[in-house]
Order: sequence, then C-alpha cells, then structure tokens
Amino acid sequence: MTTTSPRPVAGTDERLRAALAPRTRPERPGPLAASLVFGWRALLKIKHVPEQLFDVTAFPVIFLLMFTYLFGGALSGSTSEYLQYVLPGILVMTVTMITMYTGMTLNADVSRGVFDRFRSLPVWRPAVLAGALLGDAVRYTLASMIVVVLGVLLGFRPEGGVVGVLLAVALLVVFSYSLSWIWTTLGLSLRTPNSVVNVSMMIMFPATFLTNIFVDPETMPWWLNAFVSVNPVTHLVTAVRGLMHGTVTAAQVGWVFLACGVLVAVFAPLAMYLYGGKE
Amino acid sequence: MNRHSDLAIEAEGLVKVFGRTRAVDGVDLAVRTGGVFGFLGPNGAGKTTTIRMLATLLRPDGGRARVLGHDVVREADAVRGRVSLTGQFASVDEDLTGLENLVLLARLFGYRRAGARARAGELLDAFGLVEAAGRQVRTYSGGMRRRIDIAAGIVVTPDLMFLDEPTAGLDPRSRNQVWDIVRALVDQGTSVLLTTQYLDEADQLADRVAVIDHGRVIAEGTPGELKASVGSGALHVRLRDPGRRTEAERLLAGALGVPVRRGPDPAALSARTFDSARAARALSELSDAGIAVDQFALGRPSLDEVFLALTGRPAEAGEAVREEEAA
Repeated sequence: MTTTSPRPVAGTDERLRAALAPRTRPERPGPLAASLVFGWRALLKIKHVPEQLFDVTAFPVIFLLMFTYLFGGALSGSTSEYLQYVLPGILVMTVTMITMYTGMTLNADVSRGVFDRFRSLPVWRPAVLAGALLGDAVRYTLASMIVVVLGVLLGFRPEGGVVGVLLAVALLVVFSYSLSWIWTTLGLSLRTPNSVVNVSMMIMFPATFLTNIFVDPETMPWWLNAFVSVNPVTHLVTAVRGLMHGTVTAAQVGWVFLACGVLVAVFAPLAMYLYGGKE
Repeated sequence: MNRHSDLAIEAEGLVKVFGRTRAVDGVDLAVRTGGVFGFLGPNGAGKTTTIRMLATLLRPDGGRARVLGHDVVREADAVRGRVSLTGQFASVDEDLTGLENLVLLARLFGYRRAGARARAGELLDAFGLVEAAGRQVRTYSGGMRRRIDIAAGIVVTPDLMFLDEPTAGLDPRSRNQVWDIVRALVDQGTSVLLTTQYLDEADQLADRVAVIDHGRVIAEGTPGELKASVGSGALHVRLRDPGRRTEAERLLAGALGVPVRRGPDPAALSARTFDSARAARALSELSDAGIAVDQFALGRPSLDEVFLALTGRPAEAGEAVREEEAA
C-alpha cells in the first residue's frame, strides 16, 4: 500500500467513529407519520423551488380573465352574468390541470434516484406517494383561493355563501387527489418527465374542454353531448357550481364521489404495483 | 439465526433480464460479514443491477438471494431494515438542504423532531458538512455531494451497506475522504459491498473481490490471489550507459533465474519476478560490476492486468502497472 490517505481535518475521524457508533434504531413510524414526513418534504420543495407555484398562481388568473372577458359578452350577454356561470368551471379546470404536475415531479424523483433511496427504507411503502399527494393538496387549495378571491373582486357573488364555497373547494381537492393517482401511475411508467407532461396533456385537454365548463351542453351536437354528460369532470363542475350557488343535490355530489372511488380503486393499486416492483 | 449467519450475502444464480438483454446472467456470491467486498467490473457489466436486486429494489427474474439471512423477495422488509444503499441510483433530494435531507431520513427511521435534528447535526459534523448544512444539495461540490449521500445512508448505522461507485468522478482528495469513511464504517462493524470500476480502489479497500463481466462473476478471491493468478510482477531497470546493456542482461538473468527482456528504450531491461530479495541481490550484483543504474522499480501486477488476463480486454484506459516501489 503506497497511498496513505491524509486525514482531512484533525478530529474528523473521531467524530466520524462516534457518529457511526450508535446501532440502536428508534421505533418505525406508522403509516400516517411516514406520510406526513413525506408531505413535509413536498412543502419544503415548495419553499425551495417557489417557481413551481407559478402554474398554480398564473394559470387561474389568466384563465379567469381571458374566458370571462373573451366569451362573456357573446355567451351570456354580459361578462358579469357569465362570471357567475364560468367561475366554478374555471376553478375546476385550473385545479385539475395542475394535478398533472404530480406525475412530472414524481418522474423526476425516479430519474434522479431519490426514489430508490426512499424505496430502500423500511417504511410503509405507499407513504411516499401519499405524502407527495398531501403536499399537492396544499397547492390545490392555494390555487382555489386565488380563483375565488379574484372572482369576488371581479363581481362573483356565490349564493351558497362562504360555506358553499368552502365545501366546493373541499370537494374539488378530494377529486383532484383521486385524479392524481392517474398521473402517479404515468409518472412511474413513463421514461421522462417530458413524456409524462405530453401524455397528461393529451388526456386533460379533452377532459376539461369537453365539459359544461364554458357552455351549456344542450347547445352541442348529440354525440358530443353524450361524451360530455359521462365525463366525470362535467359532474364535478355541476356539483361545484351547485355548492357555490346553493342549488346542489345529493345526486350531483354522489356522482363525484363515485368517480373518485373508481379512480382510486383502479389507479392506486396500479401505482403501488409499479412502485413496488419497478422494472 | 441459521448456519449461514456468518454470511452477509449469499446469492445463487441471480438473473435479471431487461428486454432482450440479460443484465445479470446467473450471479453466485458468498460474502462474509465484516470488511469490504469489492464488486469490480466495467460499465454495463451488471454491478448496479445486482446491487439493486440485493437491496430489494428490483425483483430477480431468476435465482435466489439472502441478505443477512433474509430472503430478498419474501423478507424484503427485514432486509430493508438492516441494509442501506448509497450511490448513483440512490441519492438525496437536490432541492432540499443537507440538513433537511438528513432530518427527513431520520424522521422516516422514526426519530422524533428533536432527535432527528440532533442526529442530522451529528452526521453533518462528522462528515465536515456543518457549513453547508443550510445550502441546497444542488450547490454542493462533487466530494460534498458524495459525503452527504453516504451520511444519508447511515442515519441509522446499517449492518450492511451497499456503496455503488462511491468515488466515481471525484478528485483524489475527496476520494481519500470517502475511503476514510468506508474504513471507519468497517471498523465500527458494518459490512460493505462496494462496486467500482477503479481497480485501484478495490485494491485499496477490499478484502475480497469479485470480478463481473457480461452479467457473470468471472473471478473471485483476495486482490492478492487475483494478482497471483495472472503471474508475477516485474523488475524494471534503466542503465546509465546503454552500451553495457548486454553485460547487465546476463548478470540479471543469472541472479534472478528468469529471462530478461530488452525494452524499446536502449537503456532499459525488465524481468518478470515477484521476489524482492532476489531483485535486491540482482541490483547489488550490477553495482558490484560497476554498472550504474539510473532508476529501477519493482512493479506488482495491477488489477488492470488481472482484468485484461481474465477478459482479454482492458477494464479502462489507464496505467498498466502501478510502480509500487520506485527508487
């Protein structure tokens, strides 16, 4: 042996040995605790990379202003009247759109190797995914607040009051959370973050535009009307609109919960399967 | 536990297929607890894939493996509780600071808030990263990055640590720091499986080495045994006066008892020998005969030569023989 490595800093070696000495391990965290730790990580990422909030803040503002003033006069006779109709829809559109970033960030974690570190830990396995989605819920809430506050400034007057608006946002966050499992599945099965975005866009554009967000489906040809009326986003918009304006029915909310249940039942196990035996 | 309890890793016929490529094609391994086991091979030889299977990140397509007595498929959770993985495919979050990364992992291991911070602080201190604690990991230098990666792997000191190419791309000083960390880990009783493309690194750290190529283990033994398997080292001599080369050649051949070769340099001679006592005698005979020697070196065969002899191609472009004792 010719290379005797110089000690980097005096005393480092002792500290290193001391740091390596403890072999006791604390008790494993439970599923909820582990998920919350991953949720904390998602919040830290928002703190360090605030740019990722750009889509959360800019999208809603642009969409709301653009659609209200572009179509309002033509579709409803006045922009203020159209705003009452379109705002709940815009809210649904922006929040469901930003769910796509779940898949993209997840895919980046996988390709950077962060994921393998987490997967090699003895923690409840779905915690990584559940925690990331928890962080996303914060983003959805933030985006919702921006839309509602801006809407009120522009003249949006929800008849359902504060409670109606809060319930509408809560329902939307639950739906978005369920929808995110699709992007999680995509994020784990596609190769690059870019391809995740492309595929997600291909799904989200028809899913959000071919709905009752902008116009009454009665004005559409029958075949489009048929698609729109089975689109779960349509049901979500109907329920959110109903909650905000105080005209909601149990059936409207029931359809949304059914859609959430189906999404989670199909995509959560699929995502967990991909996560567990990746490749 | 069982009769194999002295084995940290035992693998039989491990296979992993990606599409049409058999990335790992029947790997057998028996790694004892304690010390460093070197896993050596060029890029794409199947090192990382094997490690990922042993660390429960990939499901084997064939064969069986037990890590610390637990089956990597059926008892994956038990394996995960006792091993840790660090390297190119298991890294920390670049967006978070060094401190946040370690606190995050400590909390996932079950430390409470204050305990997690204390443990993270202790590790940052031990790895010389206190000043960088509050910076995002993406701003770290290569050496710091590797240290935080390793620190992340020992938030709870593992019984077995997989280090996947821990010094790839590091400068010599950072590489030495990583080597010191590995030695300290071993001293504290952690077994280490280290993959590397650097033959020098395996030579420095590993007690035993397996050479892998095209998804198969093609040789295994101590670094010394592997070197011995390709033959002896060589004595290289450079004379001051090239005119006396024939005379020197005869003297050296007599003293060493092996054929002496002339190098392309008209003053150079070399002979294959591993016997340093005989080499010393041969050199003193040269000086007795009044033949001045400018320089000499007794080179041991490097693992590069081992790799070349085993596979018929060099492991990487680099020095063929490391001069161990140069005058």
